Amino acid sequence: MTDRRQDQPHATRPNKAGVTAIACAGLVFGMIGLAFASVPLYNMFCKATGYDGTPRTGLAPTAAALDDSMVVHFDTNVSSGLPWRFQAESQNVEVRIGETKTVFFRVKNTGTTPSTGIATYNVQPGLMGGFFVKVQCFCFNEQTLQPGETMDFPVVFYVDPDVRKDPNTAHLAEMTLSYTYFASKNGQPTAALATTGGTGTKSNF
Amino acid sequence: MANAAAHTGHHDAHDHHMPSFFSRWFLSTNHKDIGTLYLLFAFCAGIMGAFLSFGIRMEMEEPGLQYFANPGTYNVFVTGHGLIMVFFMVMPALIGGFGNWFVPLMIGAPDMAFPRMNNISFWLTVAGFCSLVCSLFVEGAPGSNGAGTGWTVYPPLSSAGHPGPAVDFAIFALHLSGAGSILGAINFITTILNMRAPGMTLHKMPLFAWSMLVTAFLLLLSLPVLAGAITMLLTDRNFGTTFFDPAGGGDPILYQHLFWFFGHPEVYIMILPAFGIVSHIISTFSRKPVFGYLAMAYAMVAIGVVGFVVWAHHMYTVGLSLQTQSYFVFATMVIAVPTGVKIFSWIATMWGGSIRFTAAMHWAVGFIFLFTVGGVTGVVLANSAVDKYLHDTYYVVAHFHYVLSLGAVFIIFAGVYYWFPKMTGHIIPEWAGKLHFWLAFIGANVLFFPMHFLGLAGMPRRYADYPEAFAGWHKVSTWGGHIFALGMVVFFIGVVIALRSSRRAADNPWGEGATTLEWTLSSPPPFHQFETLPRIVDAPGHH
Repeated sequence: MTDRRQDQPHATRPNKAGVTAIACAGLVFGMIGLAFASVPLYNMFCKATGYDGTPRTGLAPTAAALDDSMVVHFDTNVSSGLPWRFQAESQNVEVRIGETKTVFFRVKNTGTTPSTGIATYNVQPGLMGGFFVKVQCFCFNEQTLQPGETMDFPVVFYVDPDVRKDPNTAHLAEMTLSYTYFASKNGQPTAALATTGGTGTKSNF
Repeated sequence: MANAAAHTGHHDAHDHHMPSFFSRWFLSTNHKDIGTLYLLFAFCAGIMGAFLSFGIRMEMEEPGLQYFANPGTYNVFVTGHGLIMVFFMVMPALIGGFGNWFVPLMIGAPDMAFPRMNNISFWLTVAGFCSLVCSLFVEGAPGSNGAGTGWTVYPPLSSAGHPGPAVDFAIFALHLSGAGSILGAINFITTILNMRAPGMTLHKMPLFAWSMLVTAFLLLLSLPVLAGAITMLLTDRNFGTTFFDPAGGGDPILYQHLFWFFGHPEVYIMILPAFGIVSHIISTFSRKPVFGYLAMAYAMVAIGVVGFVVWAHHMYTVGLSLQTQSYFVFATMVIAVPTGVKIFSWIATMWGGSIRFTAAMHWAVGFIFLFTVGGVTGVVLANSAVDKYLHDTYYVVAHFHYVLSLGAVFIIFAGVYYWFPKMTGHIIPEWAGKLHFWLAFIGANVLFFPMHFLGLAGMPRRYADYPEAFAGWHKVSTWGGHIFALGMVVFFIGVVIALRSSRRAADNPWGEGATTLEWTLSSPPPFHQFETLPRIVDAPGHH
């Protein structure tokens, strides 16, 4: 087939090399575009599928609760540079699958100046991301604490009953919900947070 | 093929006028001169990369810190060695060097499609190298110079861990050499698709040209992704974006996905041109056309295509789901099939041939053996369960040095011994090539084979110090490095002897097995060749 193309006279195919080169350059720019497009796509993909421990966000459960329960452990971290103390009201809770649960987290600013933080979150094992649904969470917004101030923030969540239908998670009896507080940049939500309403965050240490 | 002639017609109008030294070598638009420049550059960069690896091996000879007071500086050596060998030695030698020299000759073209762009490609690569060298001498991690991030430049080590400008220089080096490689790839694709001699269909094109076509497409599709990823890293470092910073909603794992989407095709970019060269050498010195020509060509296409969908086998430990891991294990193992087609076809080419064990043939056969060893350990590492244990150990170091250091580098030398008479008109004495081969073959095996044992025993990569228990094999490994280095001395002696001797190479010094078009020209070829385009008749030997 290439043969035929080449045997055509020059006049009918002006600057064939230029066309090839421009097509190649188009490919290059397309790939650069895809590389940058991968950032929001990756975020959307993780949120949509719960991939790699990204919890879902949603409203109250629609299915009835099961007679089965799961232990949810809480892991709380504060990044260096934010003088906060951060812990859950208990180390873990046992929840019925499908039942909505509220857990309070206590945050204290031990520093001498007001500071603003925002928490990133994920769940372990990562396979649980698609079945752990947050109805309400302090991590959807940033918080500002005065020096010495203590606040209690609620997380409202449930475990989707479908967790028992997936053969990968049917046997799981325990999971961990992890938070890490980061200083919010200059007291302002960062660009990434502003565009996604503060829900597009995901920590993956 | 009137187009090609019209395109390059103005060059022919020079009528073999030889430009002055400065315009010939600095403003060059001649594909052979640019190829020579690339090869010389690759050897200079290779010497520097080799000195860095020498530093690594000296330090690892014994437990404790002997030469590096700061282990961070050791990591700077590791990083520099990796980046230089990948981007400034193997790629310039195989793609820029042999590719520029022999793709136009083999397809019967007078020059590359865009000779001036070819010149820019080369000098961008040189500029990138300068930027990388600069990065060694500016602050990276707090209190030490240079980027000690590994060639993968993962954040957060490369962002929060290296506040100094060294990583910026390294990123800039990758940008420049990447831009050079992309321009070069566009040039190769345009040349191969539009400028083949009349009668040379794609299915009659020599396998080296095929390998360069596939490589160029891999470059075109993968390098922009690297450019995007390191640009994001650059803005994370300097302009407050948070693409890879969880504090702002980013994810460092995304960098790994982007990097390996480039990084895995990159390893095929380094080895496919070698596949092309080894096919010609085996065929020439077996006096047989290559076995299964079409299967050989499409095996390279298959390797290139599948190479884009296996990247996460470099990151089994980041917490991928079981299904994802299963997919990447399977897809990775699929690559063994086209690779096996190539290995067996080379062996089948030799089978029943009248084999001459010239220096180049030694290197080619040595390559097949060593590449197969590296391929087998690759299949081992492809298993995610096994890889959890071997991840970032010396087993991985052994694996990729078998396929790259012993694969790609052996074929660079094979190519030099095979084409040196064509490129220069001089002949490297066969004894030098063979002695060099045996020193390199024994040296490289003594150097890298013990690393399998070290890795299985748990020795991690990128550490300047290690427990006493690993001392034995590290010592053996360093001896192997010395033997390999001795081989390099023999190589340079061989080249000097060749250039000083008055013996001149014939147009086709290898006899009837050498059927590709470059052997129809004088040695060295004229400054401009194929002013009348060769016409390819339907002969079975033209593979």
